[in-house]
Amino acid sequence: MSDLICDNLCMTFTNPQTGGAVEALKDVSFTLKEGELLSVLGPSGCGKTTLLNMVAGFINPTGGSVALGDRTIEGPGVERGMVFQQGALFEWLPVTKNVDFGLRMKKMDEDEAEALVLKWLDIVGLQGFGDTPTYQLSGGMQQRVALARCLVNDPDVILMDEPLGALDALTREKMQSLILELWKETGKTIMIITHSVEEALLLGERLFVMAPRPGRIHKEYKLPFAELGLSESLREIKKLPDFNTVREEILTMIWDMEEEIMGGA
Amino acid sequence: MLDFLSQERALIAAFIIFALFISLGFSIYVGVKQSALRAKDEVFGDPERTKGGWYWALCGISALLLIWFYFSWGIGRAYFPDAGNEMCQSAKIDEAISPITAALPMKSRYYKSTTLVVRNVEQLADIEARLPVDAFSTAEQRRLLTVIDQTRTIISAFSNPENQNPESFASLERIAVDLDRVTAQINAGYQGMQPSAKALSQPKWGVAEEEIPLLPMTAKGVLFDLAAGEIKEISKAFLKLRNKSDEADQLIIKTKADIAGLKEAIRQSTGDDRIDKLRAAYVKSVERIYKRVDDGTIFPADALNTVNASVTQLYQAVESAKGSLSFVETVFFPGQGVVKSKTICSEQGPGRWLPKPTDVVATFGKLANPDVESGGGYKGTTLLWWKWLPVADVVAFLIPDGLVDILPGDYARHQPDGSFVPNYKDKLLAVAQGDIWLGSIPMLDGHIWDSLFRVIVAMGFGILLGVPLGIYMGVSRFFRSFFDPLIELYRPVPPLAWAPLILTIFGIRDDGKIFLLFMVAFAIMVISARTGASGTQLSKIRASHSLGATDRQILRYVILPNAMPEILTGIRIAIGVCWGTLVAAEMLAGTTGVGFIENVARTVSDYELIWVTILIMGVLGLIFDLVMRWVISKTIPWRGKG
Repeated sequence: MSDLICDNLCMTFTNPQTGGAVEALKDVSFTLKEGELLSVLGPSGCGKTTLLNMVAGFINPTGGSVALGDRTIEGPGVERGMVFQQGALFEWLPVTKNVDFGLRMKKMDEDEAEALVLKWLDIVGLQGFGDTPTYQLSGGMQQRVALARCLVNDPDVILMDEPLGALDALTREKMQSLILELWKETGKTIMIITHSVEEALLLGERLFVMAPRPGRIHKEYKLPFAELGLSESLREIKKLPDFNTVREEILTMIWDMEEEIMGGA
Repeated sequence: MLDFLSQERALIAAFIIFALFISLGFSIYVGVKQSALRAKDEVFGDPERTKGGWYWALCGISALLLIWFYFSWGIGRAYFPDAGNEMCQSAKIDEAISPITAALPMKSRYYKSTTLVVRNVEQLADIEARLPVDAFSTAEQRRLLTVIDQTRTIISAFSNPENQNPESFASLERIAVDLDRVTAQINAGYQGMQPSAKALSQPKWGVAEEEIPLLPMTAKGVLFDLAAGEIKEISKAFLKLRNKSDEADQLIIKTKADIAGLKEAIRQSTGDDRIDKLRAAYVKSVERIYKRVDDGTIFPADALNTVNASVTQLYQAVESAKGSLSFVETVFFPGQGVVKSKTICSEQGPGRWLPKPTDVVATFGKLANPDVESGGGYKGTTLLWWKWLPVADVVAFLIPDGLVDILPGDYARHQPDGSFVPNYKDKLLAVAQGDIWLGSIPMLDGHIWDSLFRVIVAMGFGILLGVPLGIYMGVSRFFRSFFDPLIELYRPVPPLAWAPLILTIFGIRDDGKIFLLFMVAFAIMVISARTGASGTQLSKIRASHSLGATDRQILRYVILPNAMPEILTGIRIAIGVCWGTLVAAEMLAGTTGVGFIENVARTVSDYELIWVTILIMGVLGLIFDLVMRWVISKTIPWRGKG
């Protein structure tokens, strides 16, 4: 079993000029079981991106630890794939070369790699776009390339940092369905950072609402909507009374947090 | 074919000029029509409006070439030899009257007297303040100050019209009357005047290398020539003229005696050599100013009014006598017209330094002729051609001799019987020195190639060494901090400031110039590669870490390609700067190269050749830039779209 275990995570940033310290995260603990879908929501400055960067291994916590299964995380690794907001694609390479980047880096057999790439391009809906330069693709398609590039490496956990933040509403809905499909088909553990409450409800089997100063998990939800989204249309789910109740509740919660920050400032 | 260009150049030029006029008119016609057509549906300020104006480009090029033809043609020499001769005669008048005009405001802003008064009064005040009190006794000091004061009074005596002697006044009037007489003579016209037989037998201007003939060949010219002769005499009289003033005369006599007394005093030594010298120098400078004042060249301000008016009238008379000549002078003698100096008349202006476009092409044709024996090329080297290059020379260039020296073992010695058997080290040395025959390969040759070769080799080394260093400086704290001060210290120095030092160290052959250019290219490549590397988005780096890439792989597959736009832009800039530096470096030293040709052409004032080299350098620079722009658009199409 490779569960993701965060144990009393703390992160303090020190300003080198003033010497003042900011507690970006304080005593964050949770366990994400294999195959779970987690979305993290919160007002800006609550440390959700810091949390994700620590899980990815880009920054080291000042206290506590993150472990995947029995291995403590000390740096970035292939078993934790990343999807960034802007795709972070290599614009000098065509789609295929972007997708097989990880495979080429570990010098996988070329034919084998090609078959894998074709398979994943097919799954994310990019068949026939293999030779297109990435800078010619639309934002949604670029994110599909980023997803394929991450999944072709077969990671245990997929970390997404506001992956759909820069997309228009319609593309966004399509991509949300795609993420749910991928979750179901691959059975991967997925952690999504978002600032859209609707998206967090739809893409969260579990949902953390985080609070700032110090950054911490304010409230945790277990939600049925991601499971429902596998069989039903996302637009129908958004109409459910339950969905709207939770949405209102969380919106109020975040609203209050923002008010508090503004008042305190 | 190139000979044809040279022989038929007049015809070709006429044809080209005709074509240029047509294209100028046509392009303006199209341009005006297009502007009217588009004026309605275009918004001012929209960058799209600047696109697709080929007709204005045609218009500009045609206009430029026509202007070039106009200023370089020598139309006067070709079509108006008589006008040239007449202008020479009127130039004689200018020359003859110049001593008078030099004293009047019309040529030098102030009356000469005004200038003299201002300068002498200033110097008197200055010398008065500098009186060395320790070198002169009190009595002597008083005498010196009296002399200075009297000199000042002489100046004011000469400047005062009331003191002016009637005789001096009359002589100025005489000058004015004489000038008026010449004016009347010119106004009377040139009817009945005949050029002399000797004048008519002069070779005409424009035949072969002949300059403008001096003697007048037309009736109008004879008139000007006669007038010039008389004015010359008047000028002579004017130069001898002195201002006379009784008051000034008395002061002059007294001051002269005072100065003689002072000179007598300083002849006796004080015993101190330094003081003696000081006394002599001071008295001498006082006397110098006095002498400048006593010769009567200062007149009262209004005394020259009549002369001034007469000269003005004379000029008007000459101008109206010229008639149509003035038009020819303005239109067909661009530049400063005809100038007479001592013994010759010559046309001044761009005709001297601006060759005709067709002549430039003809000179280029001669230069580009690869057959050096029949006068092609320059100084025994072709402009751009090819030759057989021994492979051994290339090998010798690439392998330094020292590499053989460090191999184990010694070089062979001569045997007791006087023979010499080379061992393996000797044989390798022969290879390193190019002393073997390895066949030859065709290779480019000539002045242009030599220049290109220097730039290409320097750029090659600059890229090979500069890009890796720049990339490492973009990602490593050690590399950045260690090399940054070194590069930033030498980079701001203009490359040509290094040139004398580097050419001294390396000598005048290729290696010095290549090293100089390498320094230029290296700094630019380092900085552009560094900018490119440090500009990599953090998310791309993080993504590649998550995709399992090692540090080395990230450097090679992410940071390097990401820096490509900056690197290529750096290459483009570096080539341009290298090209500019090279030409200047070749002017300093060397025996081949485009800059060398221009430098030699400069020393012999071969303007056609200078223009040819300028054009070659411009065109090659343009080609470099176009090639780089093409390469950039082909290799980094994602630029600005990532």
